[in-house]
Amino acid sequence: MNADIALWLTQDGITSGAIYALLALALLLVFAVTRVIFVPQGEFLAYAALSLGWLQQGKVPGTVWLVLAAALLVALLEAREALRRKEARRLPRIALLYVGAPLALVAATTWAAPRSLGFAAQAALVVAIVVPLGPLVYRIVYRPIAHASVLVLFIISMAVHYALVGIGLLLFGAEGLRTNAIADTKFDWGVLSVSAQSLWVIGASVACMLGLWLFFERSLAGKALRAAAINRVGSLLVGIPIEFSGRLAFALAAGIGAVSGVLISPITTIYYDTGLMFGLKGFVGAILGGMGSYPLAALGALLLGLLESFSSFWASSYKETIVFTVIIPVLLWRSLVSRHPVAEDEEE
Amino acid sequence: MFTLRLASLALGCAFALASAHAEVTIGVSLGLTGPGASLGIPYKNTLQLVPATLGGEPVRYIVLDDESKPDNAAKNARKFVSDDKVDAMMGSTGVPSALAMAQVAAETKTPLISLTPLPPLPPERAPWSYVIPQPTELMMSAAAQDMKKRGVKTVGFIGYSDSWGDLVYNAITALAPTYGYKVVTNERFGRADTSVAGQVLKIIAAAPDAVVVGGSGAPGATPQIALVERGFKGPIYHNHGTVNLAFIQTAKKAAEGAIAPTGPLIVAEDLPADYATKAVSLDFVKRYEAAFGAGSRNAFSGYTYDGVLLLDAGVREAAKKARPGTPEFRSALRDALENVKNLIGSHGVYTMTPSNHNGEDERARVLVHVVNGEWKLAK
Repeated sequence: MNADIALWLTQDGITSGAIYALLALALLLVFAVTRVIFVPQGEFLAYAALSLGWLQQGKVPGTVWLVLAAALLVALLEAREALRRKEARRLPRIALLYVGAPLALVAATTWAAPRSLGFAAQAALVVAIVVPLGPLVYRIVYRPIAHASVLVLFIISMAVHYALVGIGLLLFGAEGLRTNAIADTKFDWGVLSVSAQSLWVIGASVACMLGLWLFFERSLAGKALRAAAINRVGSLLVGIPIEFSGRLAFALAAGIGAVSGVLISPITTIYYDTGLMFGLKGFVGAILGGMGSYPLAALGALLLGLLESFSSFWASSYKETIVFTVIIPVLLWRSLVSRHPVAEDEEE
Repeated sequence: MFTLRLASLALGCAFALASAHAEVTIGVSLGLTGPGASLGIPYKNTLQLVPATLGGEPVRYIVLDDESKPDNAAKNARKFVSDDKVDAMMGSTGVPSALAMAQVAAETKTPLISLTPLPPLPPERAPWSYVIPQPTELMMSAAAQDMKKRGVKTVGFIGYSDSWGDLVYNAITALAPTYGYKVVTNERFGRADTSVAGQVLKIIAAAPDAVVVGGSGAPGATPQIALVERGFKGPIYHNHGTVNLAFIQTAKKAAEGAIAPTGPLIVAEDLPADYATKAVSLDFVKRYEAAFGAGSRNAFSGYTYDGVLLLDAGVREAAKKARPGTPEFRSALRDALENVKNLIGSHGVYTMTPSNHNGEDERARVLVHVVNGEWKLAK
């Protein structure tokens, strides 16, 4: 190991660490607001990357049909609820949101697919396709059991994960995809040559984190989410509906997943089932950061990326073992020093 | 006396006629669903293209799905033997399933044509199994020969952290003394790994003359891309598991120049006119693509085809000695298979001996490389 290699490994580690950090933030956000350990977080990443790949090949990605199907199901659920509560005036809004909007999305995608628009337009379209999946999954799966225990929510998340992976296989097939890079250029700084793609990844991740920070600090919706995360009962009392905060948290999580999928897809091959590995590493990163603080979670994920990169150099056969083993001392230490948040949860 | 002779002659003729019309039954167990399905389906497709006779006898193929699970493969094999009274079996997708069938084959004394490589079998089981695919070492010897020609002295290895990676690694280390090179790294990665930057840096730091990749298909492209990105200038060798379209589609421009051994049918058109298998390979590939679409050719369908050709030769001999459906026929078929000489298949030329139940030689592999986004014969 010399300085050149260390620099290379650091660069590789920071690039993947940036993606893990984004996923760690999304997991933490969803957990804080809804108490759901959102196992399928990585699936959004895989869906986004594969959808982008299909758009670049001029094909309509199957995810739009998934959005349409899920939205129609939600439309039925919402309409039934509205009618039961005798609130027929809500029906046009439901129709517009869950039938009109998805149909417009389908139309836009089928129009755009064969036209090979630029990277930016395609990426924007992919984000527009994947983001609605977050709130839709929340509405179908989690809202009806919003008050269940953390463990039940976790088991349900596993089920959602398996369902989404299966759907991914159905929509995209078993083969992996690698999309075309945003930019092929490379910058040579001494011994190090940095690809424009990894600068994009790091830059966009930092921009996303700053955006989230501004959102939580400055906007009303962000403050409401923070309130819901800090004290659910209290936030209900001051008029923040659980449904609103849940939907928003899932939309943000899906958005973060979509952005990371778009960023990572040119530098790695994504399969329908790649999502879990990313999600898990984001989760380990969040745990390294104590599963409570956003900056610490991002830092933990970054360290994980570096650890992964260096262990793939020193002991490639044991890379995953090393990466997942670091969670044990951290959990041990945390269980010794922290008060038990689970007990607090059960008091509710 | 004369009448008695005539009568026995007539009786003999009747028997011969009866045996000529008895149906040969072949049981085929494949993983048509489950993780092996992408291989199982081409294996099965071929059966639509083979003639309705084996060695001149009418034949019936019974195809069962074993869901890529070894226990189901064993169950299917037992069903073939006890219910269907098959004369021979073929299968399956994946080494564990084929091994399970080999056990049943030996127990029930039914010949098995294995469509996947088998590890060396214990002596009591070995006589009943015949293996169609080329051994990994035979395949990798094509790469080793090419390395010798280019004067390669040191080789870096990167492969899957599973049994496939081990197989390729063992093959190239076993060949190393013969071809005068040294394997200097043994780096591993997972099929779903997103980055192999660390492993590739280690290889580049070791500065080998060439790199061998023990991967397959699209995941095999990950080290290829990383090596090209980091400016590795030497030749990069892959193995026969990598020769497909997914590899090129994934690696894109980085795939150019990648070298790999494969069965001759993959590049049937490019083979020199005097190549032993050219006619058979080309005929099979043309018919397969006519039925299943241009570009659908693959190694697996060829294995089934060669298995059927082997059975054809065996049944032709065995039918002279016994009637299909009897233990005598199965035993005669086993003996006949062991004596098959110079059978030309789509993958190679098969010459069986009691100690070699694969029987392929150097004609069973060619070296291909990627030129302008296509696998082409390396000349």
